[in-house]
Amino acid sequence: MTESAEAVAKRIPPLVIEPRHGWRDLGLAELWEYRELFFFFVWRDLKVRYKQTFFGASWAILQPVLLMAIFSVSVGRLPGVSPAGVPYPLFVLAGLVPWTLFAQSLAGASNSLVAEEAIITKVYFPRLLLPFAAVASFVLDFGLALAVLGVMMVIYGVTPGLSMLAIVPLTMLILTTAIGVGTFLAAVNVRYRDVRYVVPFLIQAWLFASPVIYTSGLIPEEWRTLFALNPITGAVEGFRWALLGGDRPSMLILVSAAAALVMLVTALLYFRRTERTFADII
Amino acid sequence: MGDVAVAASGLAKKYRIGLRRDPYGRLSETLWNGMTALFRRNRHDPQVSDFWALRDVAFEVPAGSAVGVIGRNGAGKSTLLKILSRITEPTLGRAEIHGRVGSLLEVGTGFHPELTGRENVYLSGAILGMRRTEIQRKFGEIVSFAGVDGFIDTPVKRYSSGMKVRLGFAVAAFLEPEILFVDEVLAVGDAEFQRKSLGKMSEIGQRGRTVMFVSHSMPAILRLCNRAILLDRGRVIADGSTAAVVRTYLESGLGRTSERVWEDPTDAPGDHVARLRAVRILPRDGSPPEEVDIRQPVDVQVEYWNHAEGLLRPSVNLHFFNDEGVCLFVTNDWNDRGWWGRPRRPGLVTATCRIPGNFLAEGRIIVTAVVSTYNPTMVHAMEHDAVAFNVVDRSTGDAVRGEYAHDWPGVVRPMLEWSVEYAPSPS
Repeated sequence: MTESAEAVAKRIPPLVIEPRHGWRDLGLAELWEYRELFFFFVWRDLKVRYKQTFFGASWAILQPVLLMAIFSVSVGRLPGVSPAGVPYPLFVLAGLVPWTLFAQSLAGASNSLVAEEAIITKVYFPRLLLPFAAVASFVLDFGLALAVLGVMMVIYGVTPGLSMLAIVPLTMLILTTAIGVGTFLAAVNVRYRDVRYVVPFLIQAWLFASPVIYTSGLIPEEWRTLFALNPITGAVEGFRWALLGGDRPSMLILVSAAAALVMLVTALLYFRRTERTFADII
Repeated sequence: MGDVAVAASGLAKKYRIGLRRDPYGRLSETLWNGMTALFRRNRHDPQVSDFWALRDVAFEVPAGSAVGVIGRNGAGKSTLLKILSRITEPTLGRAEIHGRVGSLLEVGTGFHPELTGRENVYLSGAILGMRRTEIQRKFGEIVSFAGVDGFIDTPVKRYSSGMKVRLGFAVAAFLEPEILFVDEVLAVGDAEFQRKSLGKMSEIGQRGRTVMFVSHSMPAILRLCNRAILLDRGRVIADGSTAAVVRTYLESGLGRTSERVWEDPTDAPGDHVARLRAVRILPRDGSPPEEVDIRQPVDVQVEYWNHAEGLLRPSVNLHFFNDEGVCLFVTNDWNDRGWWGRPRRPGLVTATCRIPGNFLAEGRIIVTAVVSTYNPTMVHAMEHDAVAFNVVDRSTGDAVRGEYAHDWPGVVRPMLEWSVEYAPSPS
């Protein structure tokens, strides 16, 4: 029996282990305690992502640029897919950059728990760190893609105004949505690996359900609020407004933000509720 | 002893077995079960049953003591550590832990093969609960303990398995929690490294920290622990001084056993189709199962009460493991084609499998015995680690290793046919 052990035992309240039932709080205080591990997970994902690839981190740029090229020569030729006066390549890239952030982080988060089966069954830490870190690790890729978008804007001679600052909260909106849907799918994936097959399909469908390669102007006025329940609608239209100008889609953004928040809270609660069985069934 | 570090009362853990938890599950079987589940009227599945990995476990560990947890595989040792490490929740009961907890349930937790040794030390350290500054401070010691100095900036995927294990253990060895839970991790690595890790572990114990330590190695338990808990089928059946508990374990036949006999059918593993009666090791040359000559064949015999008739054909399969838990091979009695094709009648079945001489590697061999039927696969009777025996090489020179006296790798050691030809050099 040493002094220090005694002192410690008095200092720290005992850790109680017992079965828990029902809903639980989000455990945000504990997440904060584990912030260092969160950064380690992000760092690892970044390190590993482009290892042993020939093009390395340029993939972060190539993906949206290649998609831009494909959509420009296909969908871009249809009349009315982008608002008058905005060149389609610029229009679609301004949508693809935030979209890629969403699509990649959603896929990463959904897979994050299953991919870490080995550590989930061997060591304790707040499991939410994994989908959170998966999402965060795509922010750097997003930054690179954003720079390319900047170059494109210069080429097309578009100078954004102060509204450009809005991309910060709009990026938060995308991350919120990705974390919401991603943590939910990650938790479901632990039990039903069907998620692995659903996610690629979901992302593809979601792309076409969002005004990424076309403008929401194509949607009839009376349906637009409903359309904005998809948070990506508000985020993408907001992005275009912030960078390329036009009317501010305030209504779309507000509805989208509200929808994203509801998704996030629901998903986190669901995750926390199912979390205790992860190690048993993963 | 004043303070209590760990106190548990009434701890129990229930698993659902069958379907996904079935360690012998196959993909096709899972698909079949999944498909039939869609059409099944209620969710009750006869193949899924509850399994209590732990039942009513209670104990107290005083701060500063080292407690060994022993028992056969499947006795609940690892489940207990997983509950105390908060990896899984108990189904019932409660435990209180006073102090900062670290757990080491695996060597190299969180290692990523693409990252270098250096990067993995940081990553694994962080996952095990170390602060970055703490890892930085201990980095040099960790690397030199592992003995991988020259390779620290090489991706771990290029490491030999021994190097990986050493580095993984070294990271964990420098954890400094007040309470440490350690699962069978010393059974890896070469003999010298095992000695070194054992030394490190006892050092941890001497520094006044509390250690709970799961092991199959009685010498390690005796050396490291001042107290031991014996688990069997999820219950604590002995708790006291290490020497006394280890003796109970060995004498109860839970540890050694080259022969298991269930005289009372109600107590034997099995169900309404098949129930085990005995599993035994029979070295052909009559030598004791504790020292089977590597050159001699060994029979493994399973007796079971068969209640199946006609086309429902139970068959015995044996799973052979070494003491690192590596499955060496699996064999099934349907290789006796004559028996396999025959319709079954109720009665006592004795199935004997002969393992040839010059086939197994030296060391402890642990056998799991299973009686199953197929299409769909159903396990009727299963005894994990039913029997065990030791294979020894007396260095007679005529075994596989010949006159070579050093480490001979490989999980089996078959004597193979060689033909060597010679042509004189044209000169």
